[in-house]
Amino acid sequence: MPGLTANLQLLTPEFALAGLALLVLAVDLVVPQNRKNLLGWLSIAGLLGLIALSLKMLWGENETLYGGLLAVDAFSLFFKIFFLGLGIFIILSSMDYVEKNLTSRGEFYGLILFSILGMNVMAQSRELLTAYISLELLSFCLYVLAAYARNEAKSNEAGLKYIIIGAFSSAVLLYGVSMVYSTLGVTQFASISAALANTGDVSPALWVGMALILVGLGFKLAAVPFHMWAPDVYEGAPFPVTAYLAIGSKAAAFALVLRLFSEGFLPAADQWRIVVAVMAAITMLTGNLVALAQHNIKRLMAYSSVGQVGIILTGVAALSADSILPASGVMLYLVGYSLTNMLVFAGLISFFNMTGREDISAFRGLADGQPFLAATIAIGLFSLGGMPIFAGFTIKFYLFTALASQGLLWLAGLAIFSSLISLYYYLQVIRQMYIRPVEEVAEAIAGEEVYIPTGPEVSTSPLILMVQSVSLVGVFWVGVYPAPFLAVIDAASHAILPGL
Amino acid sequence: MENFDQIALALIIFVPLAGAIAAMFMPADRQKDVWYFAIVVAGLCFALSLYIFLRYDYGAGGFQFQDSYLWLPAPLDINLSLGIDGISALLILLNGIILLGGVLVSQNIVYRPRDFFVLLLALGTGVFGTFAVRDLFFLFFFYELAVLPMYLLIGVWGSSTDFRTFFRAKEYAATKLFLFLVAGSVLVWIGILAVYMGAAESGFPTFSMETLGRLAEAGQLSEEFQTWVFPLFMVGFGVLAGMWPFHTWSPDGHVSAPTAVSMLHAGVLMKLGAYGIIRVGMVIVPEGAENWMPVLITLGTVNVLYGAVSAMSQTDLKYIIGYSSVSHMGYVLMGIATLDRIGVGGAVLQMFSHGIMTALMFLLVGAIYDRTHTRDIYALKGLFSRMGVTGFFFAIAGLASLGLPGLSGFIAEFMVFTGAFRTYLPLAILAVIGAALTAVYILRLLALTFLGESDARWEHLTDASPVEKAVGGAFVLIIIFVGVWPEPLLRLINVSVDALPGV
Repeated sequence: MPGLTANLQLLTPEFALAGLALLVLAVDLVVPQNRKNLLGWLSIAGLLGLIALSLKMLWGENETLYGGLLAVDAFSLFFKIFFLGLGIFIILSSMDYVEKNLTSRGEFYGLILFSILGMNVMAQSRELLTAYISLELLSFCLYVLAAYARNEAKSNEAGLKYIIIGAFSSAVLLYGVSMVYSTLGVTQFASISAALANTGDVSPALWVGMALILVGLGFKLAAVPFHMWAPDVYEGAPFPVTAYLAIGSKAAAFALVLRLFSEGFLPAADQWRIVVAVMAAITMLTGNLVALAQHNIKRLMAYSSVGQVGIILTGVAALSADSILPASGVMLYLVGYSLTNMLVFAGLISFFNMTGREDISAFRGLADGQPFLAATIAIGLFSLGGMPIFAGFTIKFYLFTALASQGLLWLAGLAIFSSLISLYYYLQVIRQMYIRPVEEVAEAIAGEEVYIPTGPEVSTSPLILMVQSVSLVGVFWVGVYPAPFLAVIDAASHAILPGL
Repeated sequence: MENFDQIALALIIFVPLAGAIAAMFMPADRQKDVWYFAIVVAGLCFALSLYIFLRYDYGAGGFQFQDSYLWLPAPLDINLSLGIDGISALLILLNGIILLGGVLVSQNIVYRPRDFFVLLLALGTGVFGTFAVRDLFFLFFFYELAVLPMYLLIGVWGSSTDFRTFFRAKEYAATKLFLFLVAGSVLVWIGILAVYMGAAESGFPTFSMETLGRLAEAGQLSEEFQTWVFPLFMVGFGVLAGMWPFHTWSPDGHVSAPTAVSMLHAGVLMKLGAYGIIRVGMVIVPEGAENWMPVLITLGTVNVLYGAVSAMSQTDLKYIIGYSSVSHMGYVLMGIATLDRIGVGGAVLQMFSHGIMTALMFLLVGAIYDRTHTRDIYALKGLFSRMGVTGFFFAIAGLASLGLPGLSGFIAEFMVFTGAFRTYLPLAILAVIGAALTAVYILRLLALTFLGESDARWEHLTDASPVEKAVGGAFVLIIIFVGVWPEPLLRLINVSVDALPGV
């Protein structure tokens, strides 16, 4: 065995990211209050550099570090680029918001960078405790970010709820880890897999251990019945943080779940497949049904993301040792889901910056006053509802085909049905923006009434416009021609399912 | 020309899409320019559809204009395979005609005109695509793409109804239509995945309709499997075809939609559903289809009678035509369900014939409503003296609808009846009664609206505009042409119907 630190240079991007985060915190001390946006630009430049560095250094690598604790493979690289890119989007869309609504702006960007570090390590972990530690790094950053608007009661409430539930779920997760360790004596995914393949049947203690790990991760994913914190936290958190929670924390948790379940628990798939499948079914139905009753756009998006998590979980339930379709399906879904959600949230943040409102009825007539903004939100929502030419259709079709190929047609059917339900509440938002009574249309034609959102700023800022444009292109690209994405994703799937 | 034939189908799918994308970048307030541009694009589509229709070699039969592009490599291996038979060729022509007609009569769209034409052209892409592809993934892709714009087209540009006893907001109709159609496609989607699963068990995981058709022919899909899959397609596509009892979205939707959208919707979109039943249901799960045909023909008969009776009690012009569409789609479903050469051929011809005549009727109702601002047949009286050409066209469309010999409806319905008489005699008799009921509501409509003493309110009315007259006149000519000389259409239909399994 080579020395534990023989190939430490493969971690250069992580060290650099940690350095970047510290640098941002340090520079914050010398940047004057009115120029804190510099820190945002510094972070973005750093993240761009890191993307280039990671691609150059790690493309085609397939190695492990620290005796197998971390993997540097196509899967890690895929998610690394994913999270770094996401970080850029989030920072771009939060800069206006942060400037207007938050204090201590420098740390905001620093925390986002640290949380990206946590996500990156999560996707690389091949060992339960390493995974746990990286998960905690991510979670702690998110607790603080959720409570960042410290003068608002709701934001404080969100942070408090999040940290209590988060701590509780971490405890459950840790307990599960210890049960697995006590029965199998190992914590590395590969060793777990080998032990499971050897033992043949699963002892009750091991079963409980795996179940507790699933529960712990279920809390992080906001899967039903462990989702109760999500709507409150989403509603209370600052808007860009809500977007970050909906996209980043979900994707990171799924990265861990994918690696853990395919590299570690796959030999015992008979034991957990049905559990995950039922959890997925309950999650998507509950999320989408409860979303029907929401009047606040943040809560709507929270329940929508619960519903989407249920749909992604179906792919986990279908993971298989003889097909990469389910794993690829989950990753493609994450890409499409993130691009779409980014598109929607960028629009919502921009709308919030203009009007300061987050109730759905405030969107009335937006299509006449802000056609581009309304169109991007509508496209995003149609995509989330699974309509074609947008990413939502293609990723759903791919994932559900993967389910059908594994014989889980009933689950695919439920998922398709829950997409139909979701379409209804997405339509409620689109209806507010576009559909107006005949008399109002007549006024609009006559030019007597033009809708302009009130507030200091009445147009979308160039920063958000950038996010919108890129994610708009992405939503169409994934929707119309996902082959390039799938080439990368399939390589990632092969990395975590080496038998194929 | 060989090379052009290769890409003709790809062109007809992407020309309207490219037009829609280009239109997005036009200035929003240049209403006339957008309209001209849309006319050019739709005209191009019409020319292409006519070219494809005329170039289709009915002597050779089978699928022509074939082409295939790799879209997603293994393991899923999805190809954009194109290819049409006579049935698709005819329906592509239908869409070409109605799309152009619909765009032409939309010169009065003043509220957000650019967005209207963008969505209308996107709709055209969806319909052309559904008719032209040979792969289940893309069939479903384009099918959903055709449904997507309807919500906004009706919701934003539609009109609410407030006649007499009930009030229906346009958003009610838009939401209802959209959710019904997507609910139908939920079933279709599950059916497609089930077929994929079944084919994977036989060792051919594929969405290629050609391969799947061959699998079915070779008996690789068990009869039991086919019997539970076919109803998914039958009901799923049936929703869009206006199949009773899932038709209720259709009159509401037609009534609230603006003229061009009503034309396209009743004229072409409902045919997508019937086409799906033929192309997917009958070809991929033929044994299942055979087992379910008695149910389908019963539902079709209910459609005919229920639609006709409902139309008789309506007082809103558009509702009458909306329910008449439900009734006429019943003939299509009946014809398909006979699994008889003449019956299925009649169903396909009925799709074309009904598409043209219902589009004509919606066009004329639009013209009337634009001028009178009412669609209540009791309020409209004696319009014939003011709007002579409109009345004349309406009469032709109505007579075609009730099956007057010499007009297109007669041939189609006659073929359906012949097929039904050979297979399900009692239902055929009921359907003939339905045809008689058609005469009742059509004549009632014509009499109340056009005949009689002209109301003083309508003295200043002008007749249909030149554009409307031209489009309407073209439709009338087609109706007469098909009624007098259906041979060119039947040649295409017959060669393709003969190739369907189970007929």
